[in-house]
Amino acid sequence: MNAADLELILPEIVLSIFAMGALLGAVYTSKDALTRPLIWATAAVLAVVAFMIAVGGETGTGFNGMIVKDGFAQFAQVVILLSAAFVLVMGQDYMARTGLLKFEYPILIVLACIGMMVMVSSGNLLTLYMGLELQSLSLYVVASMRRDDVKSTEAGLKYFVLGALSSGLLLYGISLTYGYAGTLDYAGVVAAAADGDIALGLLFGLVFMIAGLAFKVSAAPFHMWTPDVYEGSPTPITAFFATAPKVAAMCLFARVVHDAFGGVVADWQQVVALVCVLSMFVGAIAAIGQRDIKRLMAYSSIAHMGYALMGLAAGTSQGVEAMLLYMTIYVVMNIGTFAFILAMTRDGMDATDIASLNQLSKSRPGAALALLVLMFSLAGIPPTLGFFAKYYVLTAAVDAGLVWLAVLGVIASVIGAFYYLRIVFYMYFGSEEGQLDQGMPALQMGALVAAAILMLALFPDLLGLEPAAALAADALVN
Amino acid sequence: MDNLLSIVTFTPLIAALILAVFLRGEDEAAQRNAKWLALGATSFTFLVSLFVLTGFDPSNTEFQFVEEREWIAGLTYKVGVDGISVLFVMLTTFLMPLVIAACWDVTHRVKDYMVALLVLEGLMIGVFVALDLILFYLFFEAGLIPMFLIIGIWGGKDRIYASFKFFLYTLLGSALMLVAMVYMAIDAQTTDIAQLLDHDFDFAPLNALGLEVVGGVQTLLWLAFFASFAVKMPMWPVHTWLPDAHVQAPTAGSVVLAAILLKMGGYGFLRFSLPMFPVGSEVMGPLVLWLSAIAIVYASLVAMMQDDMKKLIAYSSVAHMGFVTMGIFAANQQGVDGAIFQMISHGFISGALFLCVGVVYDRMHTREITAYGGLVNRMPAYALIFMLFTMANVGLPGTSGFVGEFLTLVGVFQANTWVALVACTGVILSAAYALWLYRRVVFGDLIKESLRSITDLTAREKAIFAPLVFFTILLGVYPALVTDIIGPSVAQLVANYDIATADLVLTRDVAAAE
Repeated sequence: MNAADLELILPEIVLSIFAMGALLGAVYTSKDALTRPLIWATAAVLAVVAFMIAVGGETGTGFNGMIVKDGFAQFAQVVILLSAAFVLVMGQDYMARTGLLKFEYPILIVLACIGMMVMVSSGNLLTLYMGLELQSLSLYVVASMRRDDVKSTEAGLKYFVLGALSSGLLLYGISLTYGYAGTLDYAGVVAAAADGDIALGLLFGLVFMIAGLAFKVSAAPFHMWTPDVYEGSPTPITAFFATAPKVAAMCLFARVVHDAFGGVVADWQQVVALVCVLSMFVGAIAAIGQRDIKRLMAYSSIAHMGYALMGLAAGTSQGVEAMLLYMTIYVVMNIGTFAFILAMTRDGMDATDIASLNQLSKSRPGAALALLVLMFSLAGIPPTLGFFAKYYVLTAAVDAGLVWLAVLGVIASVIGAFYYLRIVFYMYFGSEEGQLDQGMPALQMGALVAAAILMLALFPDLLGLEPAAALAADALVN
Repeated sequence: MDNLLSIVTFTPLIAALILAVFLRGEDEAAQRNAKWLALGATSFTFLVSLFVLTGFDPSNTEFQFVEEREWIAGLTYKVGVDGISVLFVMLTTFLMPLVIAACWDVTHRVKDYMVALLVLEGLMIGVFVALDLILFYLFFEAGLIPMFLIIGIWGGKDRIYASFKFFLYTLLGSALMLVAMVYMAIDAQTTDIAQLLDHDFDFAPLNALGLEVVGGVQTLLWLAFFASFAVKMPMWPVHTWLPDAHVQAPTAGSVVLAAILLKMGGYGFLRFSLPMFPVGSEVMGPLVLWLSAIAIVYASLVAMMQDDMKKLIAYSSVAHMGFVTMGIFAANQQGVDGAIFQMISHGFISGALFLCVGVVYDRMHTREITAYGGLVNRMPAYALIFMLFTMANVGLPGTSGFVGEFLTLVGVFQANTWVALVACTGVILSAAYALWLYRRVVFGDLIKESLRSITDLTAREKAIFAPLVFFTILLGVYPALVTDIIGPSVAQLVANYDIATADLVLTRDVAAAE
C-alpha cells in the first residue's frame, strides 16, 4: 500500500470520514433534531464526490489489483452517488411526515454508497464480497427502519434472510472459483479460463456466482424478495432500493462476467440470456395482478433488470454500453415515479392502491401529465427515452446474433405495456371515487416534472451520456 | 426555406405545448380560445404545407425538401418527401382543420381534446415525412398515445375496452417490426431510408426452425413488417380492433382513424415492404392478394348485417383497404397508382361518412340504424350530402371512389385474374350495404316521434362538408391531379421491383412450364 493506492480511493475515504464524523457528531449532539440539515449535507457531499469523480477522478489499479478504478467504475459510481443524493433529498418530507427522520438514515445510505462504490471498482473476488456486504448490511437496516410496523420489520427480515442466502451462494461460487483458478484476482481467473476453455469446477463457480448476483439485481428466478421488500419498506427506502443498489449490482454483474470470465463469453451468455428472458416475462406477467403501486414497481423493476441483462447477454462492448445507458435512464424514470409515489396520500395517510390515482388528471393535471410520460417511458413507447433504452439493448442483442432474445424482449414489453396503461387508465379514465389529497411538496413535484421532461427531450447524444457510456464500456471490455 | 417539412411537422406539436402549458380553466371563454387556437394552428399548418405541394417537382423521383440533423443513439433526424408520401402529408394537413371544426360542440375537457388532436396531427405528419427508420417507428408508435387517450376519455360506453384493445393490438403488431428494423440497421449499417432503399437484403433460402424459407432473410423481414402494417391497415383477419375502436371513438377520433391513421399501413407497405424486400413481397404476394380478396368479400358481408351505423362504415373501411393492399401487391403501375389513389379518396369519403354519422349522432345520441328513417323529410341538405358520399363509397363513376377501385382492379387483373374476379363481387356487395343503409336512414316516411324536431345541417356543418364534396367530385372527374404527382415515383418503384424480382419470376415460370 502506498500513497498512489490511497489517492485512488480518495472518494471512498472522503465518504467514510464524512459518515463517521456525522455519526459521532449526531450521537454527541442533538440527535434527530438535526437530521434535515444532515440529509442536505449528505446529499451535497455525495454530489460533490460524484462531481470529483466525473471531472478529475484518478484511474488505475491499486492495492495489488484489488481495486480497479477504470472508466467503467467511474461511470457507475457517478450514477450511484447522484441517484442516492436525489433520493435522499426527495424522501425527507415523507420521513418527516411519518416520524422516521432519524439521523442514522442518511449515514446508513452513505455507508451503502461506499459499499456500492467498492463493488463496482472491485478487481478481486474478496473486494467484491466486502463491498457487497457493506452495502447489503446497511440496506437490511434501513429496510426495517419503521421498527414498530409489522410490514417494515418483515421486509427487513426477509431481505436479510434471502440476502444472506444469496451471499452464501455467491461465496460458494467464489470458493469453487478459487479452488480451480488458484487465485481470487479477476486477472488470474480470466487467465485460468481463457480461450473458451473452462474447467468444470470453474463453470460451477461461475454459475453459483451468477445466481448470487441475480439475487442482488432481483432477476427472476431469484426475485421473490423484491415485491415484499418494496411494499414493506418506507417509501423513500423503496425508492432507494429501486435505484442505486440496482445500478451497483448490475455493474458488478458486468464486472464479474467480463473481467473475470471475459474469455468464456459463450459459457455465461446462455445463463444470462435465460435469466434475462425469465425476468422480462415474470416482471411483465406478475405485475398485471398487482393493485399496490409499490409492488407493481417491484415487478416493473424485475422486468427492467431483464432488459438490462439483455445488453449484458450480448457479451460485447456495445452490450455493456447499452446496459449502462439502460440503467441510467431507468434510474431517472424511477426517481421521477417515486417522487410522485412519495406524495400519494389520502386523508393524510399513505395510499398505495393504484385505484387511488382515480381522475388525477382533473385534480392535478400537471402531475398526471408528467406521470403519463413516465409510464409510457417505463413501458418503452416512443417518443420517450424509455423506448431508446430498449432500442440500445435490442440493437446490442441483435448485433450479437441473439435475434430470438430480441423477439422475446419485444413480446414481453407488449405484455408489460398493459399494466402501465392501467395506471394511465386510472389517472385519465377512472371514476371520481377515492381521490388523493391535493398538493405535493415542491421538491418532489420538481423531480417528477424534471424526470418527465428529460424523458421527452431527445438531446443529441443524451447530453454527452452516450459517449461517456461508450468509453466506460470500452474500459471494461477491452 | 430548407426546413419546411419540420415546420409542418412541429407547428401542431408546438401549438399543443402552448395550449397545455398556458391555457388555464374550463370556462366557456377558455374552451373557445382552445378551439380557435387549435383551428388556427391546423389551418396554418395546412397553408405552410401548400408550399410543399407547390414546390414539389413530380418528375424528380428522389426525396425532396430533405433535412438532416444529428440525433440520438447514432441515428439521424432526417425528413423528406417523394411522390408517394407528399399527398399523404397534404391529406393530413387538409383534414385536420375540418376535424377540429367538427368537434366544435364538444364541452368535456376541451383543452385536453385539442391538445390530443394537435399532438396526433404532428405525429401523423411525422410518419409520412420521416426518412430515418427509427424516426419513422417513433412517430408510428407515438401516435398510439394520443389516440388511446382520445378513445378512452371522449369515447362511448365501452371506451375502456376499445382503447386498451386498440393500443395493445397495434403495439403487438409493431413489436416485431422493431426487431426487424434493428436487424436491417445492423445489416445495412445505416438507418437512412434513402440508403436502405438501395441496399440489397439477402434472399438466399435459409432454414428457420426446420422450415425452408424461400426468399430467406427478406421474407422474414417482410413478415415482421407485415405483422405491423397488416394490423394497422387493417387486413382480415387482424381487423377486429377497428370496429371496436371506431364505434367507441368520438366523431373526430373516428374521422382521423379512418381517414389518416389507416393509411399509415398502406404507406408502410409502399415505403418498406415493396421496395426494400422485393423478393419477400414476390414470395408472399399471392397470400396478400388472397387475404385482400377475402377481406373485401367478408367485410362487405359483415357490413351488410350491422345495426350500428359506425360499425357498418368501419367494416366498409376494412373492405376498401382490401382494395389498397391488393393494388399494392399487384406491384404494377396501375395497381400501385390505384392503391395510393384509393387511400387518398378513402380519406375524403370515409372521413365524410363518419362526419355524416356524427351529425345525426349529435342530434339524437344514438347510432342505431333502426332509430332513424325518413330523414330526407326534415334534412334535405343532409340527405343530399350523405347520398353523394354513399355513392362515392360504392364507387360510382364520377366520384373519386370509382377511380381507385377501377385502377386497383385493372392492376390485379394483370397479376392474378381470379383474385380480381372475387374482388369485383365486392363492388356489388358494397353497393348493397351502402344503399341499404341509405334507404333505411334517409328514405321512407318520418314515423319516429323522436325525429320530428330534428334540424338540418347548420352553416358550420355545411362548411365542413363543402371541401370534402369538392375534392371527391374533382378527383372523380380529373384523377390526373393525383396520378401526375405520384406517377413518376410509382413508375420508379415498380421498375426497381421488376428488376429485383426478375430472377425469381423467371425460375418460377420455368418451373411452371416444366
